[in-house]
Amino acid sequence: MFDYHALAPDFIVAGTVLAVLGADLFLPAGRKWLSAVVGILGLTLALIPIATLAAGDEGVRAMLDGSYVIDDFALVLKVFFILTGYIVLLMSVAYIEEDRYYQGEYYFLLLASLLGGMVMASSRDLVTLFVGLELVSGPAFLLAGWRKADSRSNEAALKFFVIGVLSAAILVYGMSLVYGMTGSLTFEGIRAASASVAEEPVFVLGILLVLVGFGFKISAVPFHFWAPDTYEGAPTPVTAYLSVGSKAAGFVGVLLVTYVAFGGAPDIWGPTLWILAALSMVVGNLIALRQENIVRLLAYSSIAHAGFMLVPFAAAGLVEGASLNQAFEATVSYVLIYGIMNLGAFAVVIAAARRTGSGQIRDWAGLGSYAPGISILLTLFLFSLAGIPPLAGWYAKFVMFLAVLQDANGWTIVLAAIAAVNAVIALYYYARVVQSVWMDAPPEHINPEPEPTGVSPSLGLAFGMLAVAVVVVGVFPELIAQFAKAASLIAGG
Amino acid sequence: MTIAQFLVLSAALFSIGIYGVLVRRNAVLVLLSVELMLAAVNINFVAFGRYFADATAGGQMFALFIITVAAAEVGIGLAIVLLIFRNRASANIDELDVLKW
Repeated sequence: MFDYHALAPDFIVAGTVLAVLGADLFLPAGRKWLSAVVGILGLTLALIPIATLAAGDEGVRAMLDGSYVIDDFALVLKVFFILTGYIVLLMSVAYIEEDRYYQGEYYFLLLASLLGGMVMASSRDLVTLFVGLELVSGPAFLLAGWRKADSRSNEAALKFFVIGVLSAAILVYGMSLVYGMTGSLTFEGIRAASASVAEEPVFVLGILLVLVGFGFKISAVPFHFWAPDTYEGAPTPVTAYLSVGSKAAGFVGVLLVTYVAFGGAPDIWGPTLWILAALSMVVGNLIALRQENIVRLLAYSSIAHAGFMLVPFAAAGLVEGASLNQAFEATVSYVLIYGIMNLGAFAVVIAAARRTGSGQIRDWAGLGSYAPGISILLTLFLFSLAGIPPLAGWYAKFVMFLAVLQDANGWTIVLAAIAAVNAVIALYYYARVVQSVWMDAPPEHINPEPEPTGVSPSLGLAFGMLAVAVVVVGVFPELIAQFAKAASLIAGG
Repeated sequence: MTIAQFLVLSAALFSIGIYGVLVRRNAVLVLLSVELMLAAVNINFVAFGRYFADATAGGQMFALFIITVAAAEVGIGLAIVLLIFRNRASANIDELDVLKW
Protein backbone atom coordinates (compact mmCIF):
# COMPACT_ATOMS: atom_id res chain seq x y z
CA MET A 1 0.00 0.00 0.00
CA PHE A 2 2.83 2.39 0.82
CA ASP A 3 5.57 2.93 -1.70
CA TYR A 4 8.41 4.02 0.54
CA HIS A 5 10.67 4.91 -2.34
CA ALA A 6 8.07 7.35 -3.65
CA LEU A 7 7.48 8.80 -0.18
CA ALA A 8 11.19 9.10 0.64
CA PRO A 9 11.61 12.81 -0.32
CA ASP A 10 8.74 13.87 1.93
CA PHE A 11 9.87 11.62 4.77
CA ILE A 12 13.43 12.93 4.58
CA VAL A 13 12.25 16.54 4.72
CA ALA A 14 9.92 15.66 7.61
CA GLY A 15 12.89 14.04 9.39
CA THR A 16 14.95 17.15 8.71
CA VAL A 17 12.26 19.34 10.26
CA LEU A 18 12.54 17.33 13.49
CA ALA A 19 16.34 17.10 13.29
CA VAL A 20 16.59 20.91 13.09
CA LEU A 21 14.43 21.28 16.18
CA GLY A 22 16.48 18.62 17.98
CA ALA A 23 19.79 20.16 16.94
CA ASP A 24 18.65 23.48 18.36
CA LEU A 25 18.35 21.90 21.82
CA PHE A 26 21.98 20.82 21.90
CA LEU A 27 23.76 23.62 20.06
CA PRO A 28 25.47 26.24 22.25
CA ALA A 29 24.21 29.82 21.99
CA GLY A 30 26.89 31.08 19.59
CA ARG A 31 26.48 28.26 17.11
CA LYS A 32 22.75 28.24 16.47
CA TRP A 33 23.39 28.86 12.77
CA LEU A 34 24.50 25.23 12.54
CA SER A 35 20.82 24.24 12.60
CA ALA A 36 20.57 25.94 9.18
CA VAL A 37 23.40 23.68 8.04
CA VAL A 38 21.44 20.65 9.28
CA GLY A 39 18.49 21.92 7.23
CA ILE A 40 20.59 22.36 4.09
CA LEU A 41 22.08 18.87 4.44
CA GLY A 42 18.61 17.38 4.90
CA LEU A 43 17.27 19.14 1.82
CA THR A 44 20.25 17.88 -0.21
CA LEU A 45 19.57 14.35 0.99
CA ALA A 46 15.95 14.67 -0.12
CA LEU A 47 17.07 15.41 -3.68
CA ILE A 48 18.63 11.92 -3.98
CA PRO A 49 15.36 9.91 -3.96
CA ILE A 50 13.82 12.52 -6.26
CA ALA A 51 16.64 11.90 -8.74
CA THR A 52 16.19 8.11 -8.55
CA LEU A 53 12.41 8.48 -8.92
CA ALA A 54 12.83 10.70 -11.96
CA ALA A 55 15.36 8.30 -13.49
CA GLY A 56 13.12 5.27 -12.91
CA ASP A 57 10.58 4.45 -15.61
CA GLU A 58 7.68 3.22 -13.50
CA GLY A 59 5.56 6.17 -14.55
CA VAL A 60 2.95 7.43 -12.11
CA ARG A 61 3.15 5.98 -8.61
CA ALA A 62 -0.21 6.28 -6.89
CA MET A 63 -0.89 5.55 -3.23
CA LEU A 64 -3.99 5.50 -1.02
CA ASP A 65 -6.49 4.97 -3.86
CA GLY A 66 -4.88 7.69 -5.93
CA SER A 67 -5.00 10.35 -3.19
CA TYR A 68 -1.24 10.73 -3.04
CA VAL A 69 0.64 10.56 -6.31
CA ILE A 70 4.24 10.85 -7.43
CA ASP A 71 4.31 11.92 -11.07
CA ASP A 72 6.39 14.37 -13.08
CA PHE A 73 4.35 17.35 -11.89
CA ALA A 74 4.88 16.36 -8.25
CA LEU A 75 8.61 15.79 -8.75
CA VAL A 76 9.20 19.09 -10.58
CA LEU A 77 7.35 21.06 -7.91
CA LYS A 78 9.07 19.19 -5.06
CA VAL A 79 12.47 20.12 -6.50
CA PHE A 80 11.26 23.71 -6.86
CA PHE A 81 10.19 23.86 -3.19
CA ILE A 82 13.45 22.26 -2.01
CA LEU A 83 15.57 24.72 -4.00
CA THR A 84 13.45 27.62 -2.73
CA GLY A 85 14.14 26.32 0.76
CA TYR A 86 17.88 26.26 0.06
CA ILE A 87 17.97 29.84 -1.11
CA VAL A 88 15.78 31.15 1.71
CA LEU A 89 17.92 29.33 4.29
CA LEU A 90 21.05 30.92 2.82
CA MET A 91 19.39 34.34 2.83
CA SER A 92 18.22 33.93 6.42
CA VAL A 93 21.42 32.84 8.19
CA ALA A 94 23.14 36.20 8.58
CA TYR A 95 19.86 38.14 8.82
CA ILE A 96 18.44 36.05 11.66
CA GLU A 97 21.73 35.89 13.48
CA GLU A 98 21.98 39.68 13.56
CA ASP A 99 18.48 39.88 14.97
CA ARG A 100 19.27 37.55 17.89
CA TYR A 101 15.85 35.94 17.89
CA TYR A 102 15.21 32.22 18.25
CA GLN A 103 17.11 30.72 15.34
CA GLY A 104 16.41 26.98 15.68
CA GLU A 105 12.65 27.48 15.70
CA TYR A 106 12.90 29.80 12.69
CA TYR A 107 14.47 27.10 10.53
CA PHE A 108 12.06 24.52 11.94
CA LEU A 109 9.04 26.59 10.88
CA LEU A 110 10.52 27.44 7.48
CA LEU A 111 11.19 23.79 6.65
CA ALA A 112 7.77 22.71 7.96
CA SER A 113 6.15 25.21 5.63
CA LEU A 114 8.19 23.86 2.70
CA LEU A 115 7.10 20.33 3.56
CA GLY A 116 3.51 21.53 3.19
CA GLY A 117 4.28 22.65 -0.36
CA MET A 118 5.79 19.26 -1.17
CA VAL A 119 2.70 17.48 0.18
CA MET A 120 0.44 19.73 -1.93
CA ALA A 121 2.37 18.88 -5.09
CA SER A 122 1.56 15.19 -4.55
CA SER A 123 -2.01 15.59 -3.33
CA ARG A 124 -4.80 14.42 -5.58
CA ASP A 125 -7.74 14.75 -3.22
CA LEU A 126 -9.32 17.64 -1.36
CA VAL A 127 -8.32 16.50 2.15
CA THR A 128 -4.61 16.17 1.36
CA LEU A 129 -4.66 19.42 -0.57
CA PHE A 130 -6.26 21.26 2.35
CA VAL A 131 -3.93 19.80 4.98
CA GLY A 132 -0.90 20.57 2.79
CA LEU A 133 -2.08 24.15 2.30
CA GLU A 134 -2.55 24.64 6.04
CA LEU A 135 0.93 23.23 6.66
CA VAL A 136 2.26 25.88 4.26
CA SER A 137 0.30 28.69 5.91
CA GLY A 138 0.46 27.93 9.64
CA PRO A 139 4.24 28.26 10.08
CA ALA A 140 4.24 31.22 7.67
CA PHE A 141 1.91 33.20 10.01
CA LEU A 142 4.45 32.79 12.79
CA LEU A 143 7.42 33.59 10.56
CA ALA A 144 5.79 36.86 9.46
CA GLY A 145 5.68 37.97 13.11
CA TRP A 146 9.20 36.82 13.86
CA ARG A 147 10.54 40.15 15.12
CA LYS A 148 8.55 40.04 18.30
CA ALA A 149 9.39 43.52 19.56
CA ASP A 150 8.76 45.22 16.19
CA SER A 151 5.17 46.44 15.99
CA ARG A 152 5.29 46.38 12.18
CA SER A 153 6.15 42.70 12.23
CA ASN A 154 3.33 42.07 14.75
CA GLU A 155 0.90 43.84 12.50
CA ALA A 156 2.11 41.92 9.44
CA ALA A 157 1.53 38.64 11.27
CA LEU A 158 -1.97 39.51 12.47
CA LYS A 159 -3.17 40.76 9.08
CA PHE A 160 -1.69 37.71 7.35
CA PHE A 161 -3.23 35.40 9.95
CA VAL A 162 -6.76 36.85 9.83
CA ILE A 163 -6.81 36.82 6.02
CA GLY A 164 -5.20 33.38 5.96
CA VAL A 165 -7.76 31.68 8.21
CA LEU A 166 -10.65 33.52 6.56
CA SER A 167 -9.52 32.31 3.13
CA ALA A 168 -9.05 28.76 4.47
CA ALA A 169 -12.61 28.79 5.84
CA ILE A 170 -14.02 30.01 2.51
CA LEU A 171 -11.94 27.41 0.68
CA VAL A 172 -13.18 24.45 2.74
CA TYR A 173 -16.77 25.68 2.59
CA GLY A 174 -16.42 25.57 -1.19
CA MET A 175 -14.88 22.12 -0.94
CA SER A 176 -17.80 20.91 1.19
CA LEU A 177 -20.28 22.06 -1.47
CA VAL A 178 -18.27 20.35 -4.21
CA TYR A 179 -18.20 17.16 -2.13
CA GLY A 180 -21.93 17.47 -1.57
CA MET A 181 -22.67 17.74 -5.29
CA THR A 182 -20.24 15.10 -6.55
CA GLY A 183 -20.05 12.68 -3.61
CA SER A 184 -16.32 12.36 -4.02
CA LEU A 185 -13.22 13.83 -2.46
CA THR A 186 -10.64 12.64 -5.00
CA PHE A 187 -9.96 14.84 -8.04
CA GLU A 188 -10.61 11.90 -10.33
CA GLY A 189 -13.99 11.21 -8.75
CA ILE A 190 -14.99 14.89 -8.85
CA ARG A 191 -14.02 15.11 -12.51
CA ALA A 192 -16.02 11.99 -13.37
CA ALA A 193 -19.11 13.23 -11.51
CA SER A 194 -18.90 16.88 -12.57
CA ALA A 195 -20.48 16.36 -16.01
CA SER A 196 -23.87 15.53 -14.48
CA VAL A 197 -23.91 18.44 -12.02
CA ALA A 198 -22.09 21.14 -14.04
CA GLU A 199 -25.28 23.19 -14.34
CA GLU A 200 -26.19 23.05 -10.63
CA PRO A 201 -25.84 26.50 -9.00
CA VAL A 202 -24.50 24.96 -5.77
CA PHE A 203 -21.69 23.24 -7.67
CA VAL A 204 -20.83 26.54 -9.41
CA LEU A 205 -20.85 28.30 -6.02
CA GLY A 206 -18.54 25.61 -4.63
CA ILE A 207 -16.02 26.11 -7.45
CA LEU A 208 -16.16 29.89 -7.06
CA LEU A 209 -15.57 29.70 -3.29
CA VAL A 210 -12.60 27.37 -3.82
CA LEU A 211 -11.14 29.85 -6.34
CA VAL A 212 -11.71 32.76 -3.93
CA GLY A 213 -9.90 30.82 -1.20
CA PHE A 214 -6.90 30.25 -3.45
CA GLY A 215 -7.18 33.84 -4.73
CA PHE A 216 -6.21 35.08 -1.27
CA LYS A 217 -3.28 32.63 -1.21
CA ILE A 218 -1.84 33.78 -4.54
CA SER A 219 -2.73 37.43 -3.69
CA ALA A 220 -4.76 38.04 -6.85
CA VAL A 221 -6.76 41.29 -6.97
CA PRO A 222 -9.33 41.81 -5.32
CA PHE A 223 -7.98 39.46 -2.62
CA HIS A 224 -4.55 41.08 -2.48
CA PHE A 225 -4.81 43.84 0.14
CA TRP A 226 -3.00 41.89 2.87
CA ALA A 227 0.08 41.26 0.76
CA PRO A 228 1.87 44.65 0.70
CA ASP A 229 1.46 45.17 4.46
CA THR A 230 2.55 41.66 5.33
CA TYR A 231 5.49 41.79 2.93
CA GLU A 232 6.66 45.12 4.31
CA GLY A 233 6.33 44.21 7.98
CA ALA A 234 7.75 40.68 7.87
CA PRO A 235 11.52 40.05 8.01
CA THR A 236 12.81 40.30 4.41
CA PRO A 237 13.90 36.62 4.01
CA VAL A 238 10.40 35.62 5.15
CA THR A 239 8.93 38.03 2.60
CA ALA A 240 11.03 36.35 -0.07
CA TYR A 241 9.65 32.99 1.04
CA LEU A 242 6.04 34.25 1.10
CA SER A 243 6.28 35.81 -2.33
CA VAL A 244 7.78 32.68 -3.89
CA GLY A 245 7.19 29.52 -1.82
CA SER A 246 3.78 30.36 -0.43
CA LYS A 247 2.57 31.82 -3.73
CA ALA A 248 3.83 28.78 -5.67
CA ALA A 249 1.94 26.55 -3.22
CA GLY A 250 -1.21 28.55 -3.98
CA PHE A 251 -0.63 28.09 -7.71
CA VAL A 252 -0.09 24.34 -7.23
CA GLY A 253 -3.54 24.30 -5.63
CA VAL A 254 -5.15 26.36 -8.41
CA LEU A 255 -3.53 24.24 -11.14
CA LEU A 256 -4.68 20.99 -9.52
CA VAL A 257 -8.26 22.03 -8.83
CA THR A 258 -8.89 23.71 -12.19
CA TYR A 259 -7.22 21.38 -14.68
CA VAL A 260 -7.59 18.10 -12.78
CA ALA A 261 -10.57 18.27 -10.41
CA PHE A 262 -12.79 20.75 -12.29
CA GLY A 263 -11.42 19.80 -15.72
CA GLY A 264 -15.00 19.09 -16.79
CA ALA A 265 -16.21 22.62 -15.99
CA PRO A 266 -13.80 25.06 -17.70
CA ASP A 267 -16.69 27.39 -18.56
CA ILE A 268 -16.96 28.21 -14.82
CA TRP A 269 -13.33 28.80 -13.86
CA GLY A 270 -12.19 30.21 -17.21
CA PRO A 271 -14.14 33.50 -17.03
CA THR A 272 -13.51 33.84 -13.27
CA LEU A 273 -9.77 33.57 -13.69
CA TRP A 274 -9.91 35.88 -16.74
CA ILE A 275 -11.31 38.60 -14.46
CA LEU A 276 -8.78 37.89 -11.68
CA ALA A 277 -5.89 37.92 -14.17
CA ALA A 278 -6.93 41.24 -15.76
CA LEU A 279 -7.58 42.95 -12.40
CA SER A 280 -4.34 41.67 -10.85
CA MET A 281 -2.21 42.90 -13.73
CA VAL A 282 -3.83 46.34 -13.97
CA VAL A 283 -4.27 47.13 -10.27
CA GLY A 284 -0.95 45.59 -9.21
CA ASN A 285 1.05 47.52 -11.77
CA LEU A 286 -0.76 50.85 -11.38
CA ILE A 287 -0.33 50.89 -7.60
CA ALA A 288 3.29 49.76 -7.94
CA LEU A 289 3.99 52.95 -9.92
CA ARG A 290 3.43 55.07 -6.81
CA GLN A 291 5.43 53.05 -4.28
CA GLU A 292 8.33 54.65 -2.41
CA ASN A 293 9.42 51.56 -0.49
CA ILE A 294 11.24 48.87 -2.44
CA VAL A 295 9.58 45.97 -0.59
CA ARG A 296 6.10 47.40 -1.21
CA LEU A 297 7.05 47.92 -4.85
CA LEU A 298 8.08 44.26 -5.11
CA ALA A 299 4.86 43.26 -3.30
CA TYR A 300 2.70 45.01 -5.91
CA SER A 301 4.91 43.66 -8.67
CA SER A 302 4.36 40.14 -7.30
CA ILE A 303 0.59 40.78 -7.38
CA ALA A 304 0.93 41.78 -11.03
CA HIS A 305 3.02 38.69 -11.75
CA ALA A 306 0.26 36.54 -10.22
CA GLY A 307 -1.99 38.12 -12.84
CA PHE A 308 0.43 37.13 -15.64
CA MET A 309 0.49 33.57 -14.27
CA LEU A 310 -3.32 33.44 -14.37
CA VAL A 311 -3.49 34.51 -18.04
CA PRO A 312 -3.00 30.99 -19.50
CA PHE A 313 -5.91 29.70 -17.39
CA ALA A 314 -8.22 32.05 -19.23
CA ALA A 315 -7.01 30.66 -22.57
CA ALA A 316 -7.54 27.10 -21.38
CA GLY A 317 -10.98 27.83 -19.98
CA LEU A 318 -12.44 30.15 -22.61
CA VAL A 319 -11.25 28.77 -25.95
CA GLU A 320 -13.04 25.69 -27.22
CA GLY A 321 -10.52 22.94 -27.94
CA ALA A 322 -7.50 24.89 -26.70
CA SER A 323 -4.44 22.90 -25.75
CA LEU A 324 -4.72 22.42 -22.00
CA ASN A 325 -1.18 21.06 -21.84
CA GLN A 326 0.24 24.20 -23.36
CA ALA A 327 -1.60 26.51 -20.98
CA PHE A 328 -0.60 24.36 -18.02
CA GLU A 329 3.01 24.34 -19.18
CA ALA A 330 2.99 28.14 -19.54
CA THR A 331 1.84 28.66 -15.95
CA VAL A 332 4.34 26.15 -14.55
CA SER A 333 7.20 27.77 -16.52
CA TYR A 334 6.16 31.18 -15.27
CA VAL A 335 6.03 30.03 -11.64
CA LEU A 336 9.48 28.39 -11.85
CA ILE A 337 11.16 31.38 -13.53
CA TYR A 338 9.38 33.92 -11.32
CA GLY A 339 10.72 31.97 -8.32
CA ILE A 340 14.32 32.35 -9.48
CA MET A 341 14.15 36.06 -10.26
CA ASN A 342 12.01 37.15 -7.33
CA LEU A 343 14.20 35.32 -4.80
CA GLY A 344 17.15 37.05 -6.44
CA ALA A 345 15.51 40.44 -6.20
CA PHE A 346 14.81 39.97 -2.48
CA ALA A 347 18.36 38.67 -1.81
CA VAL A 348 19.73 41.86 -3.36
CA VAL A 349 17.21 43.98 -1.45
CA ILE A 350 18.51 42.48 1.82
CA ALA A 351 22.10 43.36 0.88
CA ALA A 352 21.24 46.85 -0.39
CA ALA A 353 18.96 47.69 2.55
CA ARG A 354 21.74 46.65 4.94
CA ARG A 355 24.24 48.81 3.06
CA THR A 356 22.06 51.92 2.91
CA GLY A 357 20.17 51.34 6.17
CA SER A 358 16.87 52.02 4.42
CA GLY A 359 14.22 50.43 2.25
CA GLN A 360 13.14 53.73 0.68
CA ILE A 361 13.96 53.99 -3.00
CA ARG A 362 15.13 57.62 -2.69
CA ASP A 363 17.80 56.56 -0.17
CA TRP A 364 19.16 54.14 -2.75
CA ALA A 365 20.03 56.94 -5.17
CA GLY A 366 23.62 56.69 -6.32
CA LEU A 367 24.06 53.18 -4.93
CA GLY A 368 25.93 52.34 -8.14
CA SER A 369 28.69 54.81 -7.31
CA TYR A 370 29.69 53.21 -4.00
CA ALA A 371 28.33 49.62 -4.18
CA PRO A 372 28.60 48.65 -7.85
CA GLY A 373 28.38 44.87 -7.27
CA ILE A 374 25.02 45.07 -5.50
CA SER A 375 23.77 47.57 -8.07
CA ILE A 376 24.66 45.36 -11.04
CA LEU A 377 22.80 42.43 -9.47
CA LEU A 378 19.83 44.65 -8.63
CA THR A 379 19.70 45.79 -12.25
CA LEU A 380 19.93 42.19 -13.44
CA PHE A 381 17.03 40.92 -11.34
CA LEU A 382 14.76 43.92 -11.88
CA PHE A 383 15.25 43.78 -15.65
CA SER A 384 14.60 40.06 -15.53
CA LEU A 385 11.32 40.72 -13.68
CA ALA A 386 10.48 43.25 -16.40
CA GLY A 387 11.04 40.55 -19.01
CA ILE A 388 13.99 41.95 -20.95
CA PRO A 389 15.96 39.37 -22.99
CA PRO A 390 18.37 37.65 -22.55
CA LEU A 391 17.38 37.41 -18.86
CA ALA A 392 15.09 34.58 -17.74
CA GLY A 393 11.96 36.71 -17.42
CA TRP A 394 11.45 37.07 -21.18
CA TYR A 395 10.79 33.35 -21.59
CA ALA A 396 8.11 33.36 -18.88
CA LYS A 397 6.28 36.19 -20.70
CA PHE A 398 6.88 34.54 -24.08
CA VAL A 399 5.21 31.21 -23.17
CA MET A 400 2.40 33.13 -21.47
CA PHE A 401 1.63 35.09 -24.67
CA LEU A 402 2.08 31.95 -26.77
CA ALA A 403 -0.47 30.04 -24.68
CA VAL A 404 -3.02 32.83 -24.86
CA LEU A 405 -2.60 33.68 -28.56
CA GLN A 406 -2.12 30.30 -30.22
CA ASP A 407 -5.75 29.22 -29.95
CA ALA A 408 -7.23 32.66 -29.64
CA ASN A 409 -10.72 34.12 -29.54
CA GLY A 410 -11.94 37.64 -28.76
CA TRP A 411 -11.65 37.25 -25.01
CA THR A 412 -8.10 35.94 -24.98
CA ILE A 413 -6.93 38.61 -27.46
CA VAL A 414 -8.29 41.33 -25.14
CA LEU A 415 -6.48 39.70 -22.23
CA ALA A 416 -3.25 39.47 -24.22
CA ALA A 417 -3.55 43.19 -25.03
CA ILE A 418 -4.03 44.01 -21.32
CA ALA A 419 -0.97 41.87 -20.52
CA ALA A 420 1.11 43.63 -23.16
CA VAL A 421 0.22 47.10 -21.86
CA ASN A 422 1.04 45.97 -18.33
CA ALA A 423 4.41 44.57 -19.32
CA VAL A 424 5.30 48.10 -20.49
CA ILE A 425 4.01 49.74 -17.29
CA ALA A 426 6.04 47.27 -15.24
CA LEU A 427 9.18 48.11 -17.18
CA TYR A 428 8.67 51.76 -16.24
CA TYR A 429 8.72 51.29 -12.48
CA TYR A 430 11.58 48.75 -12.51
CA ALA A 431 13.60 51.09 -14.73
CA ARG A 432 12.86 54.02 -12.40
CA VAL A 433 14.65 52.22 -9.54
CA VAL A 434 17.57 51.26 -11.75
CA GLN A 435 17.87 54.80 -13.09
CA SER A 436 17.93 56.28 -9.60
CA VAL A 437 20.56 53.76 -8.46
CA TRP A 438 22.93 54.52 -11.34
CA MET A 439 22.32 58.14 -12.28
CA ASP A 440 21.30 60.13 -9.19
CA ALA A 441 23.71 61.52 -6.61
CA PRO A 442 23.81 59.71 -3.24
CA PRO A 443 21.87 61.44 -0.43
CA GLU A 444 24.08 63.21 2.08
CA HIS A 445 23.47 60.96 5.09
CA ILE A 446 24.89 57.88 3.31
CA ASN A 447 28.50 57.05 4.09
CA PRO A 448 30.09 55.95 0.79
CA GLU A 449 33.13 54.34 2.44
CA PRO A 450 33.12 50.54 2.06
CA GLU A 451 31.70 48.71 5.06
CA PRO A 452 34.10 46.60 7.12
CA THR A 453 31.77 43.60 7.16
CA GLY A 454 30.32 43.61 3.64
CA VAL A 455 27.85 41.05 2.35
CA SER A 456 27.75 37.81 4.34
CA PRO A 457 29.12 34.77 2.45
CA SER A 458 25.85 32.84 2.62
CA LEU A 459 23.84 35.73 1.18
CA GLY A 460 26.52 36.23 -1.47
CA LEU A 461 26.28 32.55 -2.41
CA ALA A 462 22.48 32.83 -2.63
CA PHE A 463 22.39 35.73 -5.07
CA GLY A 464 25.43 34.49 -6.94
CA MET A 465 23.65 31.23 -7.76
CA LEU A 466 20.43 33.05 -8.66
CA ALA A 467 22.24 35.53 -10.91
CA VAL A 468 23.87 32.67 -12.82
CA ALA A 469 20.48 30.91 -13.04
CA VAL A 470 18.73 34.03 -14.37
CA VAL A 471 21.27 34.45 -17.17
CA VAL A 472 21.61 30.75 -18.03
CA VAL A 473 17.85 30.14 -18.11
CA GLY A 474 17.41 33.28 -20.20
CA VAL A 475 19.88 32.04 -22.80
CA PHE A 476 18.85 28.37 -22.67
CA PRO A 477 15.14 28.45 -21.74
CA GLU A 478 14.70 24.78 -22.67
CA LEU A 479 16.33 23.99 -19.30
CA ILE A 480 13.09 25.10 -17.64
CA ALA A 481 10.81 24.28 -20.57
CA GLN A 482 11.48 20.55 -20.50
CA PHE A 483 10.53 20.30 -16.82
CA ALA A 484 7.40 22.37 -17.36
CA LYS A 485 6.47 20.20 -20.33
CA ALA A 486 6.91 17.01 -18.31
CA ALA A 487 4.80 18.49 -15.53
CA SER A 488 1.99 19.41 -17.91
CA LEU A 489 1.14 15.77 -18.68
CA ILE A 490 -1.44 15.70 -15.88
CA ALA A 491 -3.48 18.49 -17.49
CA GLY A 492 -5.01 15.85 -19.76
CA GLY A 493 -6.03 17.65 -22.92
CA MET B 1 -34.78 15.18 8.88
CA THR B 2 -33.80 16.16 5.38
CA ILE B 3 -30.38 17.19 4.15
CA ALA B 4 -31.73 20.66 3.35
CA GLN B 5 -32.20 21.47 7.04
CA PHE B 6 -28.55 20.81 7.75
CA LEU B 7 -27.47 22.87 4.78
CA VAL B 8 -29.60 25.84 5.83
CA LEU B 9 -28.16 25.67 9.35
CA SER B 10 -24.64 25.54 7.99
CA ALA B 11 -25.22 28.38 5.52
CA ALA B 12 -26.65 30.51 8.35
CA LEU B 13 -23.65 29.76 10.61
CA PHE B 14 -21.24 30.52 7.79
CA SER B 15 -22.93 33.86 7.09
CA ILE B 16 -22.89 34.81 10.78
CA GLY B 17 -19.18 33.97 10.81
CA ILE B 18 -18.44 36.19 7.79
CA TYR B 19 -20.48 39.00 9.34
CA GLY B 20 -18.45 38.67 12.53
CA VAL B 21 -15.12 38.77 10.71
CA LEU B 22 -16.15 41.93 8.87
CA VAL B 23 -17.77 43.79 11.76
CA ARG B 24 -15.98 42.77 14.96
CA ARG B 25 -12.95 44.87 15.87
CA ASN B 26 -11.49 42.72 18.61
CA ALA B 27 -8.99 40.18 17.25
CA VAL B 28 -10.20 37.41 19.58
CA LEU B 29 -13.80 37.84 18.41
CA VAL B 30 -12.65 37.77 14.78
CA LEU B 31 -10.93 34.49 15.58
CA LEU B 32 -14.15 33.13 17.11
CA SER B 33 -16.08 34.16 14.00
CA VAL B 34 -13.69 32.19 11.82
CA GLU B 35 -14.25 29.21 14.11
CA LEU B 36 -18.00 29.56 13.46
CA MET B 37 -17.31 29.41 9.73
CA LEU B 38 -15.28 26.24 10.17
CA ALA B 39 -18.04 24.72 12.30
CA ALA B 40 -20.44 25.40 9.42
CA VAL B 41 -18.10 23.53 7.09
CA ASN B 42 -17.99 20.58 9.48
CA ILE B 43 -21.78 20.40 9.60
CA ASN B 44 -21.82 20.33 5.79
CA PHE B 45 -19.26 17.57 5.56
CA VAL B 46 -20.82 15.34 8.19
CA ALA B 47 -24.31 15.84 6.74
CA PHE B 48 -23.15 15.03 3.20
CA GLY B 49 -21.07 12.07 4.40
CA ARG B 50 -24.14 10.63 6.13
CA TYR B 51 -26.37 11.42 3.14
CA PHE B 52 -24.15 9.57 0.67
CA ALA B 53 -23.60 6.68 3.14
CA ASP B 54 -20.04 6.91 1.84
CA ALA B 55 -18.25 3.61 2.57
CA THR B 56 -14.96 5.41 3.26
CA ALA B 57 -16.72 8.02 5.44
CA GLY B 58 -14.95 10.76 3.46
CA GLY B 59 -17.08 13.60 4.78
CA GLN B 60 -16.70 12.65 8.43
CA MET B 61 -12.97 12.15 7.97
CA PHE B 62 -12.57 15.58 6.38
CA ALA B 63 -14.47 17.08 9.35
CA LEU B 64 -11.97 15.46 11.73
CA PHE B 65 -9.07 16.97 9.81
CA ILE B 66 -10.72 20.39 9.87
CA ILE B 67 -11.21 20.19 13.64
CA THR B 68 -7.50 19.39 14.06
CA VAL B 69 -6.38 22.16 11.72
CA ALA B 70 -8.75 24.63 13.41
CA ALA B 71 -7.21 23.81 16.80
CA ALA B 72 -3.72 24.46 15.42
CA GLU B 73 -4.90 27.73 13.89
CA VAL B 74 -6.39 28.93 17.17
CA GLY B 75 -3.08 28.16 18.88
CA ILE B 76 -1.17 30.25 16.34
CA GLY B 77 -3.77 33.01 16.35
CA LEU B 78 -3.88 33.40 20.11
CA ALA B 79 -0.08 33.46 20.21
CA ILE B 80 -0.05 36.35 17.75
CA VAL B 81 -2.87 38.21 19.55
CA LEU B 82 -1.08 37.76 22.90
CA LEU B 83 2.11 39.16 21.39
CA ILE B 84 0.30 42.24 20.08
CA PHE B 85 -1.53 42.71 23.39
CA ARG B 86 1.79 42.68 25.24
CA ASN B 87 3.32 45.27 22.93
CA ARG B 88 0.36 47.65 22.68
CA ALA B 89 -2.03 46.74 25.53
CA SER B 90 -4.85 46.36 23.03
CA ALA B 91 -6.15 43.62 20.74
CA ASN B 92 -8.18 45.97 18.60
CA ILE B 93 -7.70 45.47 14.87
CA ASP B 94 -8.52 49.11 14.05
CA GLU B 95 -5.52 50.32 16.00
CA LEU B 96 -3.11 48.39 13.79
CA ASP B 97 -2.27 51.20 11.42
CA VAL B 98 1.52 51.40 11.28
CA LEU B 99 1.40 49.86 7.83
CA LYS B 100 -1.14 51.54 5.61
CA TRP B 101 -3.66 49.17 4.05
